[in-house]
Amino acid sequence: MALSWLLLILLALAVLGYFIGRSRALASAGGDSRDLHSLPSYYGYNVALTSLIPALGLLVIWLLVQPMIVSSTVTSLIPDDSISEGSNRGLIMSEVRRVADGLDGAVAKGALTEQEARNADTDVDALTAKLKDARQVLTQDLTKPILLAAQKHRVMNAAGTVAMQVSVLLLALMGAAFAYVRTHKDFRARNVVEQGILALLLLAASIAILTTVGIVLSMLFETMNFFQMHSWKDFFFGSTWAPNFRGGSELSILPLLWGTLYISVIALLVAVPIGLFAAIYLSEYASGITRAIAKPLLEILAGIPTIVYGLFALLTVGPALVSMFGDGGMLGVGWMASSNAVLTAGLVMGIMLIPFVSSLSDDIINAVPQSMRDGSLGLGATHSETVRQVILPAALPGIVGAVLLAASRAIGETMIVVMAAGAIAKFSGNPFEAMTTITTRIVSQLTGDTDFASPETLVAFALGLTLFIITLGLNIFALYIVRKYREQYE
Amino acid sequence: MTDITQTPNAPVPSDKPKGGSLFEKDPRTKRRNAAEGRFKMYGIAAIGVGLLMLVVLVTNIVTAGMGAFQQTFLELDVTLLESKLDKKGNRNIDDIKKVSTFGYAPLVSAALESEVEKLGIQTDLKPKKMAGILSKAAMAKLRNYVVANPDEIGKTVSFRFLANSRVDGYIKGRVTRASIANDKSISSEQLDFVDQLIDAGVLYKAFDPDFIFGADASDQRPEAAGIGVSMLGSLFMMLVVLALALPIGVAASIYLEEFAPQNRLTDIIEVNISNLAAVPSIVFGILGLAVFINYMHLPTSAPLVGGLVLTLMTLPTIIISTRASLKAVPPSIRDAALGVGASKMQAVFHHVLPLAAPGILTGTIIGLAQALGETAPLLLIGMVGFIASNPPDGIVEGFLSPNSAMPAQIYEWSKRADPAFYERAWGGIIILLLFLVTMNTIAVILRRRFERRW
Repeated sequence: MALSWLLLILLALAVLGYFIGRSRALASAGGDSRDLHSLPSYYGYNVALTSLIPALGLLVIWLLVQPMIVSSTVTSLIPDDSISEGSNRGLIMSEVRRVADGLDGAVAKGALTEQEARNADTDVDALTAKLKDARQVLTQDLTKPILLAAQKHRVMNAAGTVAMQVSVLLLALMGAAFAYVRTHKDFRARNVVEQGILALLLLAASIAILTTVGIVLSMLFETMNFFQMHSWKDFFFGSTWAPNFRGGSELSILPLLWGTLYISVIALLVAVPIGLFAAIYLSEYASGITRAIAKPLLEILAGIPTIVYGLFALLTVGPALVSMFGDGGMLGVGWMASSNAVLTAGLVMGIMLIPFVSSLSDDIINAVPQSMRDGSLGLGATHSETVRQVILPAALPGIVGAVLLAASRAIGETMIVVMAAGAIAKFSGNPFEAMTTITTRIVSQLTGDTDFASPETLVAFALGLTLFIITLGLNIFALYIVRKYREQYE
Repeated sequence: MTDITQTPNAPVPSDKPKGGSLFEKDPRTKRRNAAEGRFKMYGIAAIGVGLLMLVVLVTNIVTAGMGAFQQTFLELDVTLLESKLDKKGNRNIDDIKKVSTFGYAPLVSAALESEVEKLGIQTDLKPKKMAGILSKAAMAKLRNYVVANPDEIGKTVSFRFLANSRVDGYIKGRVTRASIANDKSISSEQLDFVDQLIDAGVLYKAFDPDFIFGADASDQRPEAAGIGVSMLGSLFMMLVVLALALPIGVAASIYLEEFAPQNRLTDIIEVNISNLAAVPSIVFGILGLAVFINYMHLPTSAPLVGGLVLTLMTLPTIIISTRASLKAVPPSIRDAALGVGASKMQAVFHHVLPLAAPGILTGTIIGLAQALGETAPLLLIGMVGFIASNPPDGIVEGFLSPNSAMPAQIYEWSKRADPAFYERAWGGIIILLLFLVTMNTIAVILRRRFERRW
């Protein structure tokens, strides 16, 4: 029985429960709904929700916990001496899962009977041949411990699934029965239902917390695994990034951080002056019509997906820069060898950030009280002197906050740098060279064939965690500054 | 009357006023006014640069991408020889299927040869070289047709075949005789032949619906690659996002805006939501990889997983806009409902929520548009690098079987070696942007049409 069927049955039970509960309530009041404590539908909802919600909760928890229990039991079945050199438990476990899937597939195709698949004394070679005949994917030749573990894995999973279905359905029925028995004309159904709905609303709101916890935990565990295999000193203080899938890689974040910061600084050098001046003009000088046209147009730049900017950098800006600064280019300087360069990525990212800086600064400049402008103009300052000497100093903390938010966006930006920054990790001050960033390396270490037991793959989680912490820190700091500044004028 | 009294021994004021004439600006004022003018110019220049970038970007997308909607076609009458396709002659579909696409190549070159004879074109090319101007997808198209219509074997049928990407590039001006000097897949003679075919009117450029609705193709056939299947992948992802993010987002906003007590938990939730809105999207990709794929063992590259990741990403957007529109509903509505005996829950669900619905819908559409264009998390859950060559078989397959998504498909094309794919990538971007523009327009119209000012 597939999961979708189980869900459908639960839903059907709930709908049935609604009508039964409603009619029982009405019957208890002799068909006169005025004698009921709540509206009749609330008695229905009570039965439906009491049957559905605990059952769904159990289902979700079961689905989350069962893989954990199964894999911890199965892992203990694999003796230490069967783990060969250069391999480890994690690899063997994925092998076990593959074999279990293969057995499942073979049984589904009818190439194996259920008994054969479960038979622990079966001949390994014969089974391998049968699996291969059934075109099930096997990467390694089967060994006895793996086969035993895979069989245990299958048996436990099958038993667990049956137990889950039975207990979920039982719980649903019990819930329905409990609510049904309680249904009576004096039962305060509305209050109970509303309590339940409130709990659901709270649960929905807590998903934000769950997500954050999920992000941190998922990266933290793998990062700890990584630091067991690779020294943290090399990661934080080393100077070379040279992943080597045969082992002995040097994985240091510093060159990547350098590339990330360099590109972000160029992006900010483009975005901050343009964005800031645009915001000043729009809020201080522009007429209503100019503002109504120019502001939304600028904000279109913010709505364009980053893949578009990436392609723009890769295919338009990069080649254009090469034709200017490259060999035989217009300027005849020959500084730029390939279109992948810090400058390419930085310029395009700067364009992307213009509306970000301008709309944030616009809000902040507008929040400066009019009395300060009037005072300055009244003393005889010109408009631009007012802006430079009164408004900007007053708005400075907010603008710094906006710039920090833009910097956090630039550091976390992925597509533009993946497509246009290059893949070479080095410390260099030359903006015409290719460099690489944290996000680029995360993508390249985690795509393609990955082996979640090697430091070369796991380093991506350490990079991700560092990125998360840097951007989070910047955001919190920026929001703190902006909030502090707002309070000043409220 | 003291204003005209002057001490007698005061110096006689000179004719020239001290501060200078109001009509003649002193150097300092001139400098200050010039600075004022310059400052204003900086502002105009900044906006100009921003708008210029927008114009450059849009024109660049349109000029580079419009070509993808048109392909070069060659019209041919192919005789479906029974001797080649169905040797036994009993129209058994299994026997017909045994003929591979290679078996169809002679039919195509024979058809091209007779066409050349009919048109009276003089060429030294061998029939096989002539057929080299056609796409490798041509044989597959022929085979699919024959397998679908076995009764047509033995007849002569008219087909419209895709030309090779080099020929297509030649017609669109991307490929020149100079640029193909070292190209093994096409020769200068073949281009001469192409010119003759153009003059004869059988080779022409036309709108190609397969780019919009078709499937992706392998590296060797850029001319046949389409974005249709990955569009389906995006559609299934958006369904997941809509089904999860809208109810969860609305429920969370209702709790935070209407019911949440002022306590520690509420503060933590609020801080978390505002922080999640600023987390780099790639981090959500790592979360998806670690939790949905490595831990829960959901299928890699499946739109379901992509949808789940994008849901988590879109939630803060939807929550923030929903809360704003709930806040915009005046308290008098709630008070009136409570006053006639509704419970708090009834007041919210029966009165506040319907009034806030347009705003919620607008926020949801904008959130969906954001999710539709997002690429980075999809890289990590394996939606890139997968060749979306077949549309999913059904609705469940659509959610669970590997697929690509529009932005992932564009990224995939941009990585391939053949420059013909770049045109596809720009074309894909036009389609993606059309979707985004439509969604945003709907959102704006909804806001204008249904927004109530209290």
